[in-house]
Amino acid sequence: MEAIVEMKGITKRFPGIIANDNVDLELRKGEILALLGENGAGKSTLMSVLFGFYHQEEGDIFVRGEKVDIYSPNVAYDLGIGMVHQHFQLIDDFTVTENIILGSEPMKGIVVDMEAARQRVRELSEQYKLNVDPDAKIEDISVGMQQRVEILKVLYRQAEIIILDEPTAVLTPQEIDELMGILRNFIKEGKSVILITHKLKEIMMIADRVTVLRRGKMVGTVDIDQTNVDSLAELMVGREVSFEVQKEPAKPKQDVLVVEDLWLKDARGVDVLQGLSLHVRAGEILGIAGVDGNGQRELVEVITRLRKQDKGSVMIDGKDISRYQAHDRHKAKFGHIPEDRQRRGLVLDFTLAENLILEKYNQAPFAKNGVLQPEAIERNAEQLIETFDVRSGEGKASLARTMSGGNQQKAIIAREFDLEPSLMIASQPTRGLDVGAIEYIHKRLIELRDAGAAVLLVSFELDEILNLADRINVIYSGKIVADLDPKETDERELGLYMSGSKEATA
Amino acid sequence: MKERHYSHLTISLIAIGLSFIIASVVMLLTGINPLNFFIAIIRTMTGINLRTMDFNPRLIGEFIQISMPMVLSGLAVGFAFRTGLFNIGAEGQVIMGSLGAIVIGILLDLPGLIHLPLAIIVAGIFGGIWASVPGILKAKFGIHEVVITIMLNYTAMYLSAWALKLLPGSDNQKTINLPASALLRSDFLRSITNNSRLHWGFLIVIAALVIYWFVIEKTVFGYELRSVGFNRHASEFAGMKVSSRIIYSMVISGVFAGLAGAMLSLGTFDYGRVLYSFENYGFNGIAVALLGGNTALGILLAGLLYGALQSSQAMMQAQGIPLEIAVIVSGLIILFVAMQHGIRMFLDHRSAKRREAAHVTRAD
Repeated sequence: MEAIVEMKGITKRFPGIIANDNVDLELRKGEILALLGENGAGKSTLMSVLFGFYHQEEGDIFVRGEKVDIYSPNVAYDLGIGMVHQHFQLIDDFTVTENIILGSEPMKGIVVDMEAARQRVRELSEQYKLNVDPDAKIEDISVGMQQRVEILKVLYRQAEIIILDEPTAVLTPQEIDELMGILRNFIKEGKSVILITHKLKEIMMIADRVTVLRRGKMVGTVDIDQTNVDSLAELMVGREVSFEVQKEPAKPKQDVLVVEDLWLKDARGVDVLQGLSLHVRAGEILGIAGVDGNGQRELVEVITRLRKQDKGSVMIDGKDISRYQAHDRHKAKFGHIPEDRQRRGLVLDFTLAENLILEKYNQAPFAKNGVLQPEAIERNAEQLIETFDVRSGEGKASLARTMSGGNQQKAIIAREFDLEPSLMIASQPTRGLDVGAIEYIHKRLIELRDAGAAVLLVSFELDEILNLADRINVIYSGKIVADLDPKETDERELGLYMSGSKEATA
Repeated sequence: MKERHYSHLTISLIAIGLSFIIASVVMLLTGINPLNFFIAIIRTMTGINLRTMDFNPRLIGEFIQISMPMVLSGLAVGFAFRTGLFNIGAEGQVIMGSLGAIVIGILLDLPGLIHLPLAIIVAGIFGGIWASVPGILKAKFGIHEVVITIMLNYTAMYLSAWALKLLPGSDNQKTINLPASALLRSDFLRSITNNSRLHWGFLIVIAALVIYWFVIEKTVFGYELRSVGFNRHASEFAGMKVSSRIIYSMVISGVFAGLAGAMLSLGTFDYGRVLYSFENYGFNGIAVALLGGNTALGILLAGLLYGALQSSQAMMQAQGIPLEIAVIVSGLIILFVAMQHGIRMFLDHRSAKRREAAHVTRAD
């Protein structure tokens, strides 16, 4: 089979990070190529280069054998390349047809030829069995349908090469099956597909070949016939990159966090937590391993009281906090490193000093009779900046917005550790950080454990879980499906539990 | 490359400068001497007529008097802005405050020591209650405050017109005169400003400015409001009661607007006026808050500028300058302040060019 797209030696740098380092990729005509890698491995960057959002610093792109310079998405469309984004770009109160033709409207004189547009959308919908109503409003249709509208947008622009970025992340299992059917129809019609994903089962189900990226580098391309879920997991995670964390064996004591039979429905009415139970003891790190979207976020939100469970209980230090609301958090002694540091963790337009008192601004010595005490606030900032080595342009007076990601995270860690919590909930504490910051954060978490705190670590990085955790619970479909000792397990076994293909009686 | 930081003051001054330049061009094109425009503004603010060197303190008194409700409604809008809320309803809250002051003034017969403070307090309460409606709807049901506040402006206007006509002695245009015990009128201030309408309300304005600054910048409550305004999610995460802060913020915003209403009915006029159109004190407050960058000092300066533009309109007309020119200037200022991102980009671009030029020269 001939190659329709070839990317050779692509290198793309962002300040402080090499997102793609000399990556090669080949898409053959009429195949589904999966692009596999962990979060931050550089998959989306590589596809953004192909789609013209970014321009590579080094390397060449060939489409149908000809060298091309894709400097904007319009060039990509002209070459027959279309992309279905992870986050939909639809206008809620426009109809399906209006959304699809936006930017390339068929004209009749000076007016948009809506009838022709509607007809074309209906034809495409039938041809690929998409079952979309051209006149429905976006706000009235399901997420799965909205995704089909995105797909129709690409088809309407006559794309031959279709890139889908994590298309299953937002879909229910039934919708995923239907999407797989749609992709098979594409191939029948002679189109070629690149599927960005980190879900191994889907790749095995649908792809012809898979290219694996790890930390910006290409690890290899393999045929699906000659691989399996286990070896793909190994390729994706990679053993040789695991840097060992120095730590003594844990000496766990009494239970600090006890979660029992948690149930929670999300906005779509799907059970995201299905009777989840776990416990973390003082002096141990419990790692929650799992593929993104299996209830990790909801579990953390329930424990930190940002969300109320439908059923079940949460106890911290023997105290039932099931009825607490977010503003009762100071009553339970826990610290929390949130998954999204810029959204939940910091007020970016506050100074570093203001951010460092975000949870105790109303307590002595920072407040007296309702008035802030600047000296105490500054002294607190100076001391935390020193202890936790937080670096910024203007010290305590720096706006959080101007600080690097690693130092923003250090600021959050400084603030949360300073609460002297008996429980620390760390959600993806090292996401998007460089190696130095990752090591630092790991060291701090172990120190906290050794000081007798319980640590709940949620991470999508298996490396991190295996290195850091004293005990591993695997989460799948809103349940804990395995309780494992890191010394007696490996990525392969974890991968099987994470993908739901193996289930222990936890 | 580090982005240079331009202060809000720089941006505001550039916006004001640009609008004066464009207004001058408009005047030149329509055959008016722009010099007369600037002379009128200076005369309004200083009382000095540059042509004759006459000095008339009444102009200063009038200018300050007109600026006072502008500053207060600017504080109202600014306070809500700091919590991330857009209070377009200051207009209606001014009207309700004005109504509250008149009701107390006319219906009660009390000694001045109680009557006047009570009328002022009730004006603030009326404004606060009126603003609490959008605050509660926003906090509890997520209904956008802009929609509710706009609608409540009309409600306030017609409600006020209806209620004022019900008061004993009112005719179709106005109520009876308020008793002296309820007025902010100051014979002393009048005497030193050649019979202007300057009144004791300026003390309230100064107190409001200090309270605004203190609450926003210095208190735990102000910290919460700013935090909620910048990032609601992080504030919730940190354990703040986000929805109650939203309600409080709207109520306090409304109190400031209500006080502006008291300035009008107890100070500028001494009777209640039955109005069926907006006087724009509240809407000007939006402009004042935007121009002043939502800080107490900025709002004071911006309020004085808008007061000067308003106050000089009569004098401009006397000079043959249509009063629309002052309106054009006010509008242009806001246009340019709203374009501050563009102004920043322009300044950055220019300084980058300069650096480049410097670099080239050095290379030579």
